[in-house]
Amino acid sequence: MAVDMRILESLDQNAKLTVKELAVMLGESEESVAASIKEMEEDRVICGYPTLINWDKTDRQLVTAMIEVKVTPQRGQGFDKIAERIYQFEEVDAVFLMSGGFDLCVMIHGKTLQSVAEFVSSKLSPMDSVLSTSTHFVLKKYKEHGLPLVQKIEDERMLITP
Amino acid sequence: MRNPLNPAVVGIKPSGIRKFFDIVTEMKDAISLGVGEPDFATPWHIREEGIYSLEKARTHYTSNSGLIELRREISSFVERHYDVHYESKNEILVTVGGSEAIDLAIRAMVCPGDEVIIPQPCYVSYEPCVILTQGVPVTIPLQEKNEFRLTAQELRDAITEKTKMLVLPFPNNPTGAIMTREDLEAIAEVCIEKDIVVVSDEIYSELTYGTKHVSIASLPGMWERTILINGFSKGHAMTGWRLGYACGPAEIIQQMMKIHQFAIMCAPTASQYAAIDALKNGDEDVAMMRDAYDKRRRYVLHELRDMGLSCFEPYGAFYVFPCIAEFGMSSEEFATKLLQEEKVAIVPGTAFGDSGEGFLRISYAYSLESLKEALGRLRRFVVKLRAEKQ
Repeated sequence: MAVDMRILESLDQNAKLTVKELAVMLGESEESVAASIKEMEEDRVICGYPTLINWDKTDRQLVTAMIEVKVTPQRGQGFDKIAERIYQFEEVDAVFLMSGGFDLCVMIHGKTLQSVAEFVSSKLSPMDSVLSTSTHFVLKKYKEHGLPLVQKIEDERMLITP
Repeated sequence: MRNPLNPAVVGIKPSGIRKFFDIVTEMKDAISLGVGEPDFATPWHIREEGIYSLEKARTHYTSNSGLIELRREISSFVERHYDVHYESKNEILVTVGGSEAIDLAIRAMVCPGDEVIIPQPCYVSYEPCVILTQGVPVTIPLQEKNEFRLTAQELRDAITEKTKMLVLPFPNNPTGAIMTREDLEAIAEVCIEKDIVVVSDEIYSELTYGTKHVSIASLPGMWERTILINGFSKGHAMTGWRLGYACGPAEIIQQMMKIHQFAIMCAPTASQYAAIDALKNGDEDVAMMRDAYDKRRRYVLHELRDMGLSCFEPYGAFYVFPCIAEFGMSSEEFATKLLQEEKVAIVPGTAFGDSGEGFLRISYAYSLESLKEALGRLRRFVVKLRAEKQ
């Protein structure tokens, strides 16, 4: 598997870069960059190209929550099986296995507080392996994926300097 | 009332960049590729250290030479990166930017009538500083065919009985040129033979691409005749903190320190504390910024060549220096017309000396989006000029 860190780091900062731009900026041929990206996509090194959106600036009703979940690991499958049962739900954005006081961190979104609460009480909590849940609602997002969401950074430099 | 002014000062031409600056500021919505400083903000851990120093009420003078802890870090940094050793006790002086260090070095060494060789195009301050000491600036017009490097032959041709000093500004602003070890060895040989001191302005030393910067001070026989000047502005993105330093033999540094002591007292204290952190924990930030500059460098060079402008590949600083001689206009005419028609501010090469005629300095200390927009406008302008010519 050919992992090209320079391509990955470039795309991690800006997924809009075209193959041509990447090739120019990395000093490589377009063919080799395209082949490398294709291979990394096939190997699921690159899993997708979502856009970072500050939904607070839109009319969209969106509630996001972080749920701490304690579970009983299953024999022979550890936490993977239960994690999979949880992440299959469309409203689940992310699932992480955690160290510390709980096992799974589940990030979910919904239109309203009620819909999130409904998901927890009717879908998540009743699962056999789930022992307990603790739901934390997100009030404001300041920074995501390394990018500040709140303030716009203005170029305050003088137009011409030596 | 009698004339209150010193004719030597009055006689100094205002910086060529100043003139263009005045035209640009009248243009409200212009975009720019004319900035000589990083677009990155100073990394947060460094800013935080500056804030912390204020919280701890470290609001007093430091020793004239700068905090000893900072000088120790500078000593270790310069040794680690450029393989040259200076004693933190008396061979390092912390200054208000690299520009103060340049002024001090010239004032401490140049006597009236001494000739100082300045390769051009170059940063704007060397020549006026020499004139203020009543020294005589002797400029060498660097050649595009040599990729704007200084050759030993050019240096030999400029040397006279009165030559005392060579200013060596590499990696170079505005051309982006660098000097390799071999290039420097040839220069060092001449300097030793002709007994010339070197003021080596290495402020862009952390920004070289594909090759590591070599300091002339690290070459045999050069340590004792070199003042190495560096600082935090470019590599660590700390222009506004105004912090630089000079390294050299104690007998020279201590005389520079005397001028600094009377004129400046000491460099800003908060900046010095922040700089300690920059040197202790900043290598990764510099590497990240260097990597970003390198990508933009390739992009800008590709775009310029793609629009048919001849342009040597620069391996240092954050400038590209394309030739626009084909359009039959002076650099200033070209830059002014570009500003008026496409609202893009680019500094004409002549702002950095007469030998910059026929060239533009394009800075790539901008986000890729800004570069795309500005280069798109430049391309449109170039296409139009070519069409008009036919």
